[in-house]
Amino acid sequence: MSKQMTGAEMIVEALKDQGVDTVFGYPGGAVLPIYDAIFQQNHVRHILVRQEGGAAHAAEGYARSTGKVGVLLVTSGPGATNAVTGLTDALMDSIPLVCITGQVPTHLIGSDAFQECDTVGITRHCTKHNYLVRNIEDLPRVLHEAFYVAASGRPGPVVIDMPKDVQFATGAYEKPEIASHKTYKPRVKGDAGRVAEAVAMMAVAKKPIFYTGGGIINSGPKASELIRELVALTGFPITSTLMGLGAYPASGANWLGMLGMHGTYEANHAMHDCDLMICVGARFDDRITGRLDAFAPFSKKIHIDIDPSSINKNVRVDLAIVGDCGNVLTDMIAQWKAAKAAVDKTALAQWWKQIETWRARKSLAYRPSKTKIKPQHAIQRLYEATRGKDCYITTEVGQHQMWAAQYFHFDEPNRWMTSGGLGTMGYGLPAAIGAQMAHPDALVIDIAGDASILMNIQELSTAKQYRAPVKVFILNNQYMGMVRQWQELLHGGRYAESYTDSLPDFVKLAEAYGARGIRCSDPKDLDRAIKEMIDHPGLVIFDCVVEAEENCFPMIPSGKAHNDMLLAELGDDAGLDLGGVIDEKGKMLV
Amino acid sequence: MNAPVTAPLPPSPYSSALGKSNSERHTLSALVDNEPGVLARVVGLFSGRGYNIESLTVAEVAHGEHLSRITIVTSGPPEAIEQITHQLERIVPVHKVTDLTVQKRSIERELAMVKVRGKGDNRMEALRLAEAFRAKTIDATIESFIFELTGAPEKIDDFVELMRPVGLVEFSRTGIAAITRGAEGM
Repeated sequence: MSKQMTGAEMIVEALKDQGVDTVFGYPGGAVLPIYDAIFQQNHVRHILVRQEGGAAHAAEGYARSTGKVGVLLVTSGPGATNAVTGLTDALMDSIPLVCITGQVPTHLIGSDAFQECDTVGITRHCTKHNYLVRNIEDLPRVLHEAFYVAASGRPGPVVIDMPKDVQFATGAYEKPEIASHKTYKPRVKGDAGRVAEAVAMMAVAKKPIFYTGGGIINSGPKASELIRELVALTGFPITSTLMGLGAYPASGANWLGMLGMHGTYEANHAMHDCDLMICVGARFDDRITGRLDAFAPFSKKIHIDIDPSSINKNVRVDLAIVGDCGNVLTDMIAQWKAAKAAVDKTALAQWWKQIETWRARKSLAYRPSKTKIKPQHAIQRLYEATRGKDCYITTEVGQHQMWAAQYFHFDEPNRWMTSGGLGTMGYGLPAAIGAQMAHPDALVIDIAGDASILMNIQELSTAKQYRAPVKVFILNNQYMGMVRQWQELLHGGRYAESYTDSLPDFVKLAEAYGARGIRCSDPKDLDRAIKEMIDHPGLVIFDCVVEAEENCFPMIPSGKAHNDMLLAELGDDAGLDLGGVIDEKGKMLV
Repeated sequence: MNAPVTAPLPPSPYSSALGKSNSERHTLSALVDNEPGVLARVVGLFSGRGYNIESLTVAEVAHGEHLSRITIVTSGPPEAIEQITHQLERIVPVHKVTDLTVQKRSIERELAMVKVRGKGDNRMEALRLAEAFRAKTIDATIESFIFELTGAPEKIDDFVELMRPVGLVEFSRTGIAAITRGAEGM
């Protein structure tokens, strides 16, 4: 049954039909009809952010903590351009978003009208797909197609640019059934022959390792259960990228910790020495591989990914299985069981023995302090204090992000939200608000740095308005810590512009936003202060004053291989010239 | 689509160890929805990811279904070409991408219009060469000719070079259209 309605009403109707309960946005001239339509109904809740960038990250936080598509609504021109960073972030991290942007009326497009910009042109490279809707007849299809494209295959952001006259125009709306798309047909089922080949390779492996990523999280909670089952079946060790944390529990017996630039010694060495790497839903990013020509030189590689362009992009693999992680893992487990496959137990025991010697290096050890709060210690205590609670963690970008990944442990998927691919400072606070909106009773913590938090600090006002009891836990070292660390490693300790003079008083800032402010600089007081933060029912800013020049270790320096890691103990050696560990070629890398 | 398992393993297209010596020229054909911005998506992919475009042609091929065929000539190591193909396939309005060079049995043609100005012997020579190349004269004045020539890109190159000494003014060429031999479609 089709109904006559305006374009603006169609948008709200389609959101309702898609099961969208929350939209993040900011009004403006070119979206007023849509806001008017939102005003006159009660199905879709609008969360008013304080800058459109915040809307995009909030929608990301909402999407990643629920597995649903995140939705944002912004106006034309600056509204759209402010959202670009969040869209790019979602593209890099494969987060499903639908972003509705206002546009000047169709007859003014191209005239440099007030608040006009070429939104589809600007967002073409930072979206999975985008649409400019010139005719009301196209709108119902475009709206539903946008959700289909955003959520299917490798998820990503989709923009719908809505000229104002189309919002006012009247047309027929009917929910179209989009079971497939005429051109976009991602392959979700893996090739059975290749799965069989993978099982055969796994059965003869002597030094196998699972290397998993965000693809497992995107596939849905079932995929996380399946990887756990497969790991239990095989007894193989497992490591994960930053994006995949929580798919396999950090408390699991076979967990090696995160891999990559700031991964554990055991995970990276196992990657280097393995004879079979089973990559599930990860993309061989440069933070993971280190030096490409020395990446896992003795291994056969199996790559399971839904995106064919991820295969052989950075690393050539021996066996590619294109498909959804969950589907492929289901088939893999079935074939493993059907073939009554057995692992090489002796070799595997030997392999674990080797891994234990690497683990014995205790690469996450750091020198404790009685007088200053070590940032690692702060995260450990925060983790201990939140155990057993329904907890979601977001982060900003930098040292604190890596420490959070290293010392906060995740046992479930969708609990960890961080900007991995794009590395967007300012992601954490709006993402935390988005996650809190989806999980109003959960404990949502943004683990932040003093520099990053200021990039979207205005969103405190959003949190206040919607009584989102987000906890902002700032590791305050007064530096852009990761920039400072790299300047120490690469630029002779010349800390150009990485020290933040004139930081705000975060306690007073909290109070200005009607939040609780807590400052802690004494390790003895830390547990009590963290408890105060968690027990407070509302918004909190926790200013955790930490050791200022602590470096984030372990670390694979740029241009080095997995087995060429820097450990904290080296950094502690007085007289070691950290500036000498990265060669000229490595300095060219990021 | 599953990538074939190949051995021995060449480096990836983004590997720093990549040699430039093994660059190959490939002709890719993409069937796309003829909608606004589709060409920008394709061209933007090439510029954004640092791939080459040596030739690009685009025209609607199925009016009723709004389908266009884009033919792109690009060059790079085999693994980069494979990557380009997959990246093109990711674009939502792209129906299908075929690497015509991998199929080997394909024909490439280009059309050029070549303007020559001259008098006396040069004019006679230009006309003789045009005949030899089976070019058509599509415009003539007392002191100029415009020749239309269709053929493989190399043939066009050769013809243009021959026209230089006899008074080449300018030329316009369409870029390459390509199709596979035999009964099968792409």
